[in-house]
Amino acid sequence: MSGAVSGKSPAIEVHAVEKRFGNVGIIRDLNLSVAQGERHAIIGPNGAGKSTTFNLISGHIKPTSGEVRLNGDLISGLQPFEINRRGLSRSFQVTNVFARMSVWENVRCAVLWATGHRYAFWKNVDSLPEVRERTAQILDDIHLTHRRDVPAGLLTYAEQRELEIGITIASGATVVMLDEPTAGMSHAETDRAVSLIRRLTEGKTLVIVEHDMSVVFGLADRISVLVYGHIIASGTPEEIRRDPKVKEAYLGEEAH
Amino acid sequence: MTAATTSSVTAKPAGENLRFYGIWLIGIAALIVLPQVFSSGGSLTSFSLIGIAIVFALSYNILLGQTGLLSFGHAVHYGLGGFAACHMMNAVVSRGWPIPLPFIPLFGGIGGLVFAMIIGWVMTKRAGTVFAMISLGIGELVASSSLILRSVFGGESGITTDRTALPKMLGWSFGPQLQVYYLISFWLVLSAIAMYALTRTPLGRISNAVRDNPERVQFIGYDPHVVRYLAYCFAGFFAGVAGGLTAINFEIANSALLGAIQSGLVLFSTFIGGTAFFFGPILGAILVTYLQLGLTNLTTAWQLYFGIIFIGIVMYAPGGIAGLLMMHRPLIRAGTLWTVIPSYLVAIVPTVALACGVILTIETVARYSGGDPINLFGIPFNPTSPMTWLTAAVLVVGGAFVARLTWRRIAEAWDRAATVARDRGYLA
Repeated sequence: MSGAVSGKSPAIEVHAVEKRFGNVGIIRDLNLSVAQGERHAIIGPNGAGKSTTFNLISGHIKPTSGEVRLNGDLISGLQPFEINRRGLSRSFQVTNVFARMSVWENVRCAVLWATGHRYAFWKNVDSLPEVRERTAQILDDIHLTHRRDVPAGLLTYAEQRELEIGITIASGATVVMLDEPTAGMSHAETDRAVSLIRRLTEGKTLVIVEHDMSVVFGLADRISVLVYGHIIASGTPEEIRRDPKVKEAYLGEEAH
Repeated sequence: MTAATTSSVTAKPAGENLRFYGIWLIGIAALIVLPQVFSSGGSLTSFSLIGIAIVFALSYNILLGQTGLLSFGHAVHYGLGGFAACHMMNAVVSRGWPIPLPFIPLFGGIGGLVFAMIIGWVMTKRAGTVFAMISLGIGELVASSSLILRSVFGGESGITTDRTALPKMLGWSFGPQLQVYYLISFWLVLSAIAMYALTRTPLGRISNAVRDNPERVQFIGYDPHVVRYLAYCFAGFFAGVAGGLTAINFEIANSALLGAIQSGLVLFSTFIGGTAFFFGPILGAILVTYLQLGLTNLTTAWQLYFGIIFIGIVMYAPGGIAGLLMMHRPLIRAGTLWTVIPSYLVAIVPTVALACGVILTIETVARYSGGDPINLFGIPFNPTSPMTWLTAAVLVVGGAFVARLTWRRIAEAWDRAATVARDRGYLA
C-alpha cells in the first residue's frame, strides 16, 4: 500500500467555493482544508449540501466560483475522470455499481486504469497478472471473494455497500471520499463497515460524510460541520463537541 | 492475502478451456462441412447470406450488447463498406494491382472504419436517446446522399463490379458460389474470433461498464465518451467487412445497403438472438436470414410475422433466444431440468394451435380480396369461406385459453426447479 503523498500542501483544499443553481445558492463561501493522511468527517443536517460538496470536489458538478485543489494542484473545472487519475476516488451515497457485471468484474474495471491498461484493445484482460492479483486482494479485503461470480445487482444491500467501497479504493487513490458508507446498515453491519474503512484507508487521506455520530466521533481526526452550504466549524472531535455554534445549529437539535 | 492464494481463485479448470475451444472448432468444422451436406445452389446462396448477416449482427452487438448504444443507422457502415469494396475491386482490375479477392473485405472494413472515425466522435458524445436519434439522422442523411452523389454511389443502379476479374489466389477464380461461400466463411471465422477477443480486452470490459453505468465509469478513471467512440469505430470496421462480403457476393453495391431497412434488420437479428451473450447475434442472424428467405416465398405478409416475432421477444423474452437457452444452464447444472420438461411438452400442443390460428387469421385477411387458397402445413383453406374464419377463431381463442393455463404450469415448475438450483448453489 502506498503511503500518504509527502509534501506540505493539504490533500484537499477548498477555497471560497460557491455553487448556484439559477438564483439559489446551494453552497456559499465554502472553505475546507484536509491535511495529508487525515481522516476528516463532514457532518450537518439533511439538505446542508454535504453530497453537493462531494460532487464539487470530485468534479461531478462544477463550482460557480472559487477553487478546489488536490495536493496543491488546481482541479476545479476538470472532468471527474481527470480528477480520479490524479489520485482522488469517491463512493456514492446511493449504491452505484455495474449491476449486470460480476463482483469480480466490478472491482477489476476499477483496477484497470490505475494499472496502466487504459483503453487497450490488444491485451487479454484475463492474462494480466497484476490486475488479477490486485482484484483478488481487494475482493479479499472487502470479504466478497465467495461472491465473485455473482452479478453485482443481485448482492444484498450490505454487500453492495462493501462492493461500493471496494470499487472506490481499487485504483489505489491516495485521497478517498466516502459518501455515507454505512447508511441503511444494521448495527453489526455498521461496525463491520467501519473496521473495513479504517483498515483500507490506512495511510490515506479520508473524507467521509456520515450521519451516525458514533461512527463520526470514533473514526475522524477532524470534523467539519456544514449548515446551509457553509462550514460553521472545523476542528478535532473534542473542539466540535464543545463548539457552541455547533451545539446550537446541529447537535443541539438532533443529538439531544 | 498473498499472490499464491489469490491466483488459485481465478485459475480456470482445464475442462472449461477444452469446452471453450471445442465450441469454436465445432463451429469451424460445421462451416467446412455444410456445403458438402447441402450442396444445392439455393442452400449455398442461403449459407453465404447467413454468414454475412452473422458478421453484421456481431458488429452491431459491439454497440448494443457490449456498450449499450442503440443505433438506428448501423447499415451506413455496412453500405459504405460495400461501396468501398466495389470501388477497390474496380481499381484493382483497372490499375492491375496484385491484390486478390480474399483481401477485399479488409478494404470494406476500412471504408466502414474511416466513416465511423469521422462521425463517431460527435455521435458518441452522449448515449441513450440522443445517440439513437443522431444515428437515425445520419442513416437517413447518408442513404439519401447516396442517390444524389452519383459519381461515388452510382445513383439508383449502384456500382457494379466483377469479382472474377481480380488476380487469382491459389488457383481460385471465385466464380462459383462454393468458392465465395468459403471466402465468406473464412472472414466470418476471422471476424468472429476478433470480435470475441475484443470483449476480453480492457476496452471490452470497460465497454460493459459504460453500458451498465456511464456515470460511475468516470470515477474509476475512464472517459465514457472515448470508450463509446472506440467501440463505435470497431463496430463500424466489422460492419464494413460484412458490407465488403456483400459486395463480393452480389458484385454490386447500391443505396439499399445503407438504408433504414438494413439498419432495422440488423437491430432485429441482434435483439431476437439476444444481446447479453456473444453467440446471441449469431443465432439471431441465422434465424432472421432464414425466415426472410423462407417466408418471402410463402406469404406476402412476411413483414407482419417479423413484427409479431419481434414484439413477442421484446415482451416475453427480452434476453432473446440466447437468453432463453442460457436460463436453463443453472437448472442443468443442478440436475433439475428434467422437472421442467414435462410442462414444456404439455404446452406445445395449445401453443402451436394458437400460432396456427394467428397464421390463419393473418393469411385470411391478406388473401381475402385475391382469393388465393391458404396452404397451412399441407392443409388447404379457402380465405373467403366462413369455415376458415371459424377454424381460425376457435384456434386463436381456444388455443390462447388453454395455452395460458399450460404456461402457468411452466412458470410453477420453473419456480420449483430454480429454488432447488438456488439451494444447491447454482443460481444467485
